Amino acid sequence: MDRKIKFLKKKATEIRRLIVQMLAKAGSGHPGGSLSSTDIITCLFFAVMRHTPSDPQWSDRDRFHLSKGHCCPALYAALSLCGYFPKKELWNLRQLGAMLQGHPDRRTPGVEVASGSLGQGLSVALGMALAGKVDKKDWRIYCLMGDGEIQEGNIWEAAMAAAHFKLDNLCGVVDYNHFQIDGRTEEIMNLEPLVNKWESFGWHVVQCDGHNIEELLEAFDEAKAIKFKPTVIIAHTVKGKGVSFMEHVVDFHGRAPTAQEKDIALKELDEIEKIEETKGKK
Amino acid sequence: MESLYARDIYGKTLIELGKKDLRVVVLDADLSGSTRTALFGREYPDRFFNFGVAEQNMMAAAAGLASCGKIVFASTFAMFATARVMDQVRNSICYNNFNVKIVASHAGITVGEDGSSHQALEDINLLRAIPQLRIIVPCDAWETRDAIFAAYETEGPFYIRMGRAKIPTIEQKKKFKVGKGYVIEEGEDLAIIACGIMMNESLEANKLLKKEGVSATVVNMHTIKPIDEDLIVDIAKKHKKIMVCEEHQVIGGLYSAVCEVLARKCPTLIERVGIEDSFGQSGSPKELMDFYGLSSSGIAKKAQKFIRQHS
Ligand SMILES: Cc1ncc(C[n+]2csc(CCOP(=O)(O)OP(=O)(O)O)c2C)c(N)n1
Ligand SMILES: [Mg+2]
Repeated sequence: MDRKIKFLKKKATEIRRLIVQMLAKAGSGHPGGSLSSTDIITCLFFAVMRHTPSDPQWSDRDRFHLSKGHCCPALYAALSLCGYFPKKELWNLRQLGAMLQGHPDRRTPGVEVASGSLGQGLSVALGMALAGKVDKKDWRIYCLMGDGEIQEGNIWEAAMAAAHFKLDNLCGVVDYNHFQIDGRTEEIMNLEPLVNKWESFGWHVVQCDGHNIEELLEAFDEAKAIKFKPTVIIAHTVKGKGVSFMEHVVDFHGRAPTAQEKDIALKELDEIEKIEETKGKK
Repeated sequence: MESLYARDIYGKTLIELGKKDLRVVVLDADLSGSTRTALFGREYPDRFFNFGVAEQNMMAAAAGLASCGKIVFASTFAMFATARVMDQVRNSICYNNFNVKIVASHAGITVGEDGSSHQALEDINLLRAIPQLRIIVPCDAWETRDAIFAAYETEGPFYIRMGRAKIPTIEQKKKFKVGKGYVIEEGEDLAIIACGIMMNESLEANKLLKKEGVSATVVNMHTIKPIDEDLIVDIAKKHKKIMVCEEHQVIGGLYSAVCEVLARKCPTLIERVGIEDSFGQSGSPKELMDFYGLSSSGIAKKAQKFIRQHS
């Protein structure tokens, strides 16, 4: 197995462990969407993006914006593993005065713009993309959205504008896990035909398995190569991915695991890692 | 007396800023002719973005641009720069303390014939509770220019409110400083605190009062937030009665801001001239000002009654 892929898989499992531990410690937060977006975030921070954790404000960095702010545990874990801040900060998540707020806040190194109110992030990312074009810079902007989130009208205003402004430096990712707070997206507010929607708004669309590192990396490569239009990656994912009793379970959208659930989850993640390692040795 | 469109001066000031600072970018939402941002757009097309009729997108994108070091001026009508985009303004702009300067035109009843749907009378109320945002209501075109420059030079978000109609230039203005009001005329019987187009109306009202043997101290309170507490307390100590005049609902605007200061620091008899918790309607600006009691004669009449009432 390719060393890079193996490395990324290991990182993803590490991030999943941290998400579970962080949320159990905090006693509240959103595991489902954090776990479904873990592989996407892992690829971005450990392979795709050009960034310098020791200098978060480096002007030529690629930018990441977590439009679905409630999934910040995945982002926080990735940022800490990259070295943006000490890992021990993770254990203060959601506590009074903590650097890691319940939703992203600019007090956290690596967070570009606060989020939490859904539906604004693609516009924020579009603003960044415009800034990059004005300054004739080659850095790119990645914006991670939830599938429930894109029911917001503001997203489609941004979608229309990004194509209008030909923002090929902008790459959106939809974490298509088919769940939102009240249930399945198909039941609450159907998104289909989703590919057609983005295409008709003028975007280049790539679909992939959002838990397959190879496919994700290919998708990001393809996005980079597309000129004169923005690209959206529709990443097919499983909400709660990696922890069996959280997968496809609505309740774990916004409920933290108990101490006991945390222990079971960590065991499962250890198992996953072992299986991957043995696969690697073959 | 000189009378100018504040938005004409806004457009020209933008060009000045655009020339001296490449970080300046300007956004509009299909009202660039009316707000005059089109003037900047013609001069600097690469730094001007028209978002079409999509104000939420414009405001959140303004935040994104500011996050990359741009100084962003975003304009549309006051109605669509506030109520329509509260969440974007609060969460994407103000919470991040970004350099986004929202400069809204067509505020207030003097929008006129377009009627109530276009008469933003709650904008200041909506925005005043948001932390880190500064709110300025300039009294004429030149003070608008001062406010634009101040906003440009000051880190953080601003809301600057302009009207649609031409606005008389106030001759007695003093040096503009964000957060610092000033006495523009000294008088005896009460103090009038005003902002925006109500500044001129208040000065005219004072002329009428003087003809009847009474007079007012008139204060230019161009900054609604942060409100100049010291000046308000100072005025209250010198005058037994204060009247606040604004082209806004009497709920949540300048009147409320003054009341909040006085209730806590120096309880004083207070009266108000503003829109009394009602929607507007179509009419000429002059007719509407008269109808809602906002014109100089209405102010003078209310002031006379107020002076007599508790003496
Ligand atoms: C504007 C707004 N409305 C409602 C909420 C509350 N909320 C938080 S998460 C969520 C569901 C999001 O679903 P999705 O985007 O699919 O997220 P994911 O499945 O990735 O967790 C809602 C409604 C919010 N944060 N913002
Ligand atoms: Mg979802």
